[in-house]
Amino acid sequence: MGKSIVDKIWAEHVVHREEGKPDLLYIDLHLVHEVTSPQAFSGLRMKNRKVRRPDKTFATMDHNVPTINRTQIDDQVALNQMTTLEKNCLEFGVELAGIDSPEQGIVHVIGPELGLTQPGKTIVCGDSHTSTHGAFGALAFGIGTSEVEHVLATQTLWQTKPKTLKLEINGELAKGVTAKDVILYVLATYGIRFGTGYVIEYCGDVIKNLSMEERMTICNMSIEGGARAGLVSPDETTFEYLRGRKNVPTGEQFDQVVQQWKAIASDSDAEYDKVIVVDGSDIAPMVSWGTNPSMTAKVDASIPRQNDYQTELEKDSLVRALSYMGLSEGQRIEDIKIQHVFIGSCTNSRIEDIRAAAEVVKGKQVHPQVRALVVPGSQQVKKIAEAEGLDKIFVDAGFEWRDAGCSMCLSMNADVVPNGEHCASTSNRNFEGRQGAGARTHLVSPQMAAAAALNGHFVDIRKVTVGAV
Amino acid sequence: MSGIKEFEGKAVALDRANVDTDQIIPKQFLKRIEKTGFGRFLFYDWRYQAEGVLNEEFELNKPENQGATILIANENFGCGSSREHAPWALLDYGFKAVIAPSFADIFHQNCLKNGIVPIVLTEEEVGFLLAKGKENSFTLSIDLEKQSVTDHEGFSAQFPISQYWKAMLVNGWDEIEITLQLDDKISAFEQQRETALQI
Repeated sequence: MGKSIVDKIWAEHVVHREEGKPDLLYIDLHLVHEVTSPQAFSGLRMKNRKVRRPDKTFATMDHNVPTINRTQIDDQVALNQMTTLEKNCLEFGVELAGIDSPEQGIVHVIGPELGLTQPGKTIVCGDSHTSTHGAFGALAFGIGTSEVEHVLATQTLWQTKPKTLKLEINGELAKGVTAKDVILYVLATYGIRFGTGYVIEYCGDVIKNLSMEERMTICNMSIEGGARAGLVSPDETTFEYLRGRKNVPTGEQFDQVVQQWKAIASDSDAEYDKVIVVDGSDIAPMVSWGTNPSMTAKVDASIPRQNDYQTELEKDSLVRALSYMGLSEGQRIEDIKIQHVFIGSCTNSRIEDIRAAAEVVKGKQVHPQVRALVVPGSQQVKKIAEAEGLDKIFVDAGFEWRDAGCSMCLSMNADVVPNGEHCASTSNRNFEGRQGAGARTHLVSPQMAAAAALNGHFVDIRKVTVGAV
Repeated sequence: MSGIKEFEGKAVALDRANVDTDQIIPKQFLKRIEKTGFGRFLFYDWRYQAEGVLNEEFELNKPENQGATILIANENFGCGSSREHAPWALLDYGFKAVIAPSFADIFHQNCLKNGIVPIVLTEEEVGFLLAKGKENSFTLSIDLEKQSVTDHEGFSAQFPISQYWKAMLVNGWDEIEITLQLDDKISAFEQQRETALQI
């Protein structure tokens, strides 16, 4: 019987195995950011421990950073967290893409961009969206700060091998349906804990035809279904994305490493603990209406009613969610008015996302009741977008064009949605208070967010003529 | 971390599904660089209304639930963000254990690392405790070695926990210290792997 990519990566990384214990797993790449690392570095310092492999550790600052006026940071607590990361990186010899670096950006955007993320690697970061890197055929998962400290000190983690879930998405996506809609559809259909205890392997024709950036969008939100990791077996699309990037071998060495990467892909007869098959043609542009990512509907549908649910717990969750969101049972999605638009986050802030949104926006104007923000995922994405003139398209339409960071995905910086207002957001979580106390988040694709910005409410992107000036 | 064997405490019921770590500790409190002092921010947006006014309706704020050390929750507790600030806040508030029918993976792991016992009981057992907690506050006893939860009125349930984590919690061991004893093995692995990959 064949092996899955998870079986293969796992087997290659077990340092120590002992009856009655999890496996001791080797970590190839440890990404670090300012919010979940200070306590880990303090822990090392208290015990007089060092970072075992600074060369396998890479840091940036993204969660806290301002996306405007970066030279002047008013939030002293946030500033302290940033300077603490700088000091820690200096003291422990860790490379840092700091706020002034042209390579700075959201950790899950710059890892792939810099070629640090590669097939077959084990990758961890103190951030649950580390699953993003799985798009490259890496086993990548989020960890807590205690685990960050453990990896810093030992370059390993005690881990129990997760179960495997094959999620096959067949057929073709309709026009206007994006990778974001695919993952939102999966969450709407299977809920927010179908992946708990599993690593999801995404496959099927739909996945095969996606670009690397689109695959990242899907893997990114694996954690929203409860799975710590989600991945895609590497193929030619993966290799072509990586060719020529910083930190990726060149020339003959590249050809050699591609052979190793090919070998890591799942065998066609690999066994899985669970299999889910999705028909890609059933997927529509999606909009979340509730307070977790599974509370999502097709744009041309309506918000569910209590009668649509079986259990009291589900009915109770619906009532609580709608009360928080200020919405009603049976309300049409297209009738939901929005006051804010956020295009950004580790889910949808890469150059293809920005281009797709720009295409919708080009030559048009943001609705007068709407404040709209574009926050590129990295300074490199920003630079490419500006070279293509995309910043001008956004600014002319009435969008704000910002510097890179997590920004309004979790609003740790000054980019906040006010109490009671609705935001069409390309981010990954619509939890209560996520974008600000009382803020009401709707998760959508970049195209859908752009169209909502122009109209002041959700519109079905399939009915919008895109690219016409 | 000191070891945990058995303890008794007041239980408080929070009957909501899918409580995410953004609720347990909202993002505005993640900027601190310490591990301590997060208890006052626990469930902040539920405990307080605008401008810091206490929400008297919220379960943790009821007078009879003050001093609780065991939290009874519903399915998929701790989903979402990997922030370890969530167990730090629970611990600092005074919680030593969380009982639920299921937990999110990262939160579950983060609890274990901080000496909070995440206890999985069946839906029926948790349902019974949630209903009981809605009526009144009550006392539960948790015995980690026997893997049991009991009240003083006939309720008794067994919970699963891996032997590895049971030993870690009971003895209060430092995981990094244990791993560092395998230092030679890690070095040998690194050498072998780097040769194989020609890097």
